[in-house]
Amino acid sequence: MFAADFRIILPEAILAIWAMGALIAAAWTVKDAATRALTWATAALMLALALWIGTGTGVDSAFDGSFVDDRFARFAKVAILLISASILLMGEGYMTRRALMRFEYPLLIALATVGMLVMVSSGDLIVLYMGVELQSLSLYVLAALRRDSPRSTEAGLKYFVLGAFGSGLLLYGASLAYGFAGTTLFSGIIEATADGVSLGLLFALVFMMAGFAYKVSAAPFHMWTPDVYEGAPTTVTAFFATAPKMAGMALFARVMFDAFGNVTGDWQQIVAFLSVFSMFLGAFGGIGQMDFKRLMAYSTIGHMGFALMGLTAGTGLGVQAMLVYMAIYVTMDLGAFAFIMSMERDGRPVTDIRSLNLYSRERPLVALAMLVLLFSLAGVPPTVGFFGKYYVLHAAYDGGFGWLAVLGVIASVISAFYYLRIVYFMYFGRETQPLDRVMSPAAWVFVVGCAAIMVFGVVNLFGVEPAAAGAAAALVN
Amino acid sequence: MIGLEHYLMVAGALFVIGVFGLFLNRKNVIIMLMSLELILLAVNINLVSFSSFLGDLIGQVFTIFVLTVAAAEAAIGLAILVLFFRNRGTIDVEDVNMMKG
Repeated sequence: MFAADFRIILPEAILAIWAMGALIAAAWTVKDAATRALTWATAALMLALALWIGTGTGVDSAFDGSFVDDRFARFAKVAILLISASILLMGEGYMTRRALMRFEYPLLIALATVGMLVMVSSGDLIVLYMGVELQSLSLYVLAALRRDSPRSTEAGLKYFVLGAFGSGLLLYGASLAYGFAGTTLFSGIIEATADGVSLGLLFALVFMMAGFAYKVSAAPFHMWTPDVYEGAPTTVTAFFATAPKMAGMALFARVMFDAFGNVTGDWQQIVAFLSVFSMFLGAFGGIGQMDFKRLMAYSTIGHMGFALMGLTAGTGLGVQAMLVYMAIYVTMDLGAFAFIMSMERDGRPVTDIRSLNLYSRERPLVALAMLVLLFSLAGVPPTVGFFGKYYVLHAAYDGGFGWLAVLGVIASVISAFYYLRIVYFMYFGRETQPLDRVMSPAAWVFVVGCAAIMVFGVVNLFGVEPAAAGAAAALVN
Repeated sequence: MIGLEHYLMVAGALFVIGVFGLFLNRKNVIIMLMSLELILLAVNINLVSFSSFLGDLIGQVFTIFVLTVAAAEAAIGLAILVLFFRNRGTIDVEDVNMMKG
């Protein structure tokens, strides 16, 4: 019986054993000299696992239902593994230039990835908590990766305190859910809520949602985001903005539907509130930001609002829209962060968007790619970003949240201002000292590649749409 | 007679003290770490009392997991705090302000 269970968690187990084994081996032997090899090996392993998980079929559950392997989990897992591998590949140039190639960096990313894989597969509150904590603890350390920098350690400290508080809220909710449902299994909780939710379970629901909102940095639980994004090394920031958000959203949807799917009406209003608040905070908060990384933080908050809009609908179409939106969002962010990693002047990283003045004259192709990515982030029609927004707005309207869709359009128009301002600086800014030409080939591939996806993806979204539909069907029935 | 609700009240009170300690304290980051610990302990009391009153062992298993994670969390928190102190020479909450949001 145990052998069958372990066969189901084998991908996670392999990645975990690889990370722990490599950590010990590297610490005992060559230490940082092995970082480059470890980075490539970890990325290759993640890609192989993504391929393996992606070809899986059917629904399996291990350990009496506490670990679920269905199409929804596989969709999220493939996305998470691809994101983590991409971060490792495109961040290598930046980490080398900044002398941050420590051997623990790729392995911490691998451990955080294991945590995320466990999160999206959880069918039990204990597994959920362990996954979230494995992810979070690795991310706290990653934020403080630059040990000699006051900013990086401050980012780590802030992220730790607020992230641990978020975990505490989640855990308090989990303990109440256990107490009032009598079980930690999601399948047990959904039975306990078959005829309405009791007051105790309602409290549990609210606390857990607050915890999830922390993890996906949805307003009003977003306050750590700008500071942590600014202080952490850019590669790590790129990781923060993509993989944990994908995992957090998937976990959010899983708990809402697998554990509280009978009482949709009770959580829809809260998700709608989180969605509206995030969209508008993201739209207004970014306006005053001149720091590209802080701006991306507010951009993330806004995009989380849109993704939550899909969840608000409470339908299969809504979950599908959320997954499609998240896939598009992470692609855009990977491209944008590959660009931010390459912003340097006189050998020092710069993140002020005014330093991009007339960037289009130096590197027209990269500037054009960035223009496409920013248009896509803003949701301008010919790009894929527009279709992502269209999907969630359509799902929200379909689910009876027309007012939410209208507010979403308004927030989207407001947030377009700060994306287009970057385009303005790149094409029509004043003459200033140009940036260094340090973009690594891998980063170049990601900037131009992600931009190309944003243009050519309008044809068929590269098959993400049917995959997301299948994933949503596995979750909502 | 001490019932389940009394335990829950204690846990709730500890949780609220922890939250207030986290957000109202303006002095010292160590106190924040202690408040975080208090939040996790409140959860543990919740879990153990539920487990006892439900006659179900899962809650106590959960508690052991939470204790383990709390230890790891405290270790990482203190490690980051040591790094912060090395860089800034202070652990006052008011000095955690290089970046303003």
